[in-house]
Amino acid sequence: MNRLMWATLRRDLLLAVRNRTEVANRLLFFVLVAAVFPLGLDVERSLLQAIGPSVVWVAALLATVLSVDTMFRSDFDDGSLEQMALGPQPLTVLVTAKVAAHWLVTGLPLVVMSPLLGLFFNLPAHEIGILAITLLLGTPVLSLLGAVGVALTVGLRRGGVVLTLLLLPLYVPVLVFGANTVHLSGSGVDTTAPFYILGALLALAVTLAPPATAAALRISLN
Amino acid sequence: MSLTEFLAMGGYGAYVWSAYGITVAVLAWQLILPVVQRRQIVRQIRRRKRQEARRA
Amino acid sequence: MFRALVNFYHRLGSPPHFYRISGRLAPWFIGLALVLMAGGLYWGLVLAPTDYEQGDAYRIIYIHVPAAWLSMFVYMCMAVAGGLALVWRMKMAEVMAVTAAPIGAGFTLLALATGSIWGKPMWGTWWVWDARLTSELVLLFLYLGVIALDNAIEDRRLAGRAVGILALVGVVNIPIIHYSVEWWNTLHQGPTVTKFDAPSIHWSMLVPLLVMAVAFMLYFGGTWLLRARNEVLRREGNRRWAMELPEAS
Repeated sequence: MNRLMWATLRRDLLLAVRNRTEVANRLLFFVLVAAVFPLGLDVERSLLQAIGPSVVWVAALLATVLSVDTMFRSDFDDGSLEQMALGPQPLTVLVTAKVAAHWLVTGLPLVVMSPLLGLFFNLPAHEIGILAITLLLGTPVLSLLGAVGVALTVGLRRGGVVLTLLLLPLYVPVLVFGANTVHLSGSGVDTTAPFYILGALLALAVTLAPPATAAALRISLN
Repeated sequence: MSLTEFLAMGGYGAYVWSAYGITVAVLAWQLILPVVQRRQIVRQIRRRKRQEARRA
Repeated sequence: MFRALVNFYHRLGSPPHFYRISGRLAPWFIGLALVLMAGGLYWGLVLAPTDYEQGDAYRIIYIHVPAAWLSMFVYMCMAVAGGLALVWRMKMAEVMAVTAAPIGAGFTLLALATGSIWGKPMWGTWWVWDARLTSELVLLFLYLGVIALDNAIEDRRLAGRAVGILALVGVVNIPIIHYSVEWWNTLHQGPTVTKFDAPSIHWSMLVPLLVMAVAFMLYFGGTWLLRARNEVLRREGNRRWAMELPEAS
């Protein structure tokens, strides 16, 4: 089971490395969305600081929604996903590996890139740190929930808009806790409790999302 | 209590009655829609039946 | 007695039987709902006393609160039906899950609209990002997602099961969404607007509220049956039993 996990993870990461531009484009999208925001505003230091964490979080949400589709798309189109599902290996493990690969090439770069965006918004250093930690805890949840949505829509010809409609409401709690924790730390409140909650959301998503994704994939492969 | 007094709702008449109006509209829509759709579906079945009868 | 119930349950699982039974039951549900609504409204709008704080504007409660309750209740029903559809692959459970969504969306929309109209005289604006209105709004988005997914999948049986999964995922999420929105609300707005449900509501106001809630629930039951039998007919239209229906001749 571990071997299956590593093999899938390696395969997906290898594919991502071969498709470097695609991965880079996602990151660029994330940065651009956040960077374009101040341009639409009367640039004022306090306002930027106030909206910064939320903008970065919403950009992360959008970058995830736009990229999750790649998790299963190519494997679905060329039929390899069906082969994998027919095999004796548990689909849940395979799904977990694929989500992990997606997070490593999408979520983790966002986390690494977030301090730069924090600077754009004039966030103080400790808030930048908190922002990165919330993203570190929250982006895996986005990938995990995204997998369920993609698994449900991968068989559709025009699944993109439907996928967005499905995912954004499900992302509400992560967004609320993620962005507001940064706001809280900005006003000097102890943020241990919301960190625990983000961790709890992650634990819940790790346990429940892969089996749901596997079940949804079986329906889409029908 | 007079009718005008009842309709005025202590000055909140516009709010109360628009809320109730929307409710009646939505509830009526929930009932009318399936009835209309049922008619369409039955008509379709009838048409299909005629076609099959002609073919036979 | 128990065997009779099991028997009834199995018969409901078969589309022709469901079609027949639902056709007989639906008018009773809707008729009873309308009678109760008439009684509840007379009590609520005429007999119940005026609230000393909100004046007569509070009378919106008799539709707003039942609609809000139903918006949650319908989602639960949809999730239960979705679960049955996934575990036992029951055709009728798929039908029930798929057809609950638009009704639930209707009640959610109603709760939002009446809440907003009620809010205008009470808060001075049409919309506040108060915890309950916000979670109701997210609930509406969840319903719309289910409807969009159902419309996008052409194969009806697959659509039913996909909706089942999404409904279950949503059911796990709803309490979390509610909690997160409440937490967010206490951060930013403080306890300003949650004056709505006074902790103790007088019985003369409570009774019509409960009557209206039961009426809404029956109305939901009736329209659910109507939609479900339409869906059955749509799916099984070229089966023998559907062709031989008296209304199809």
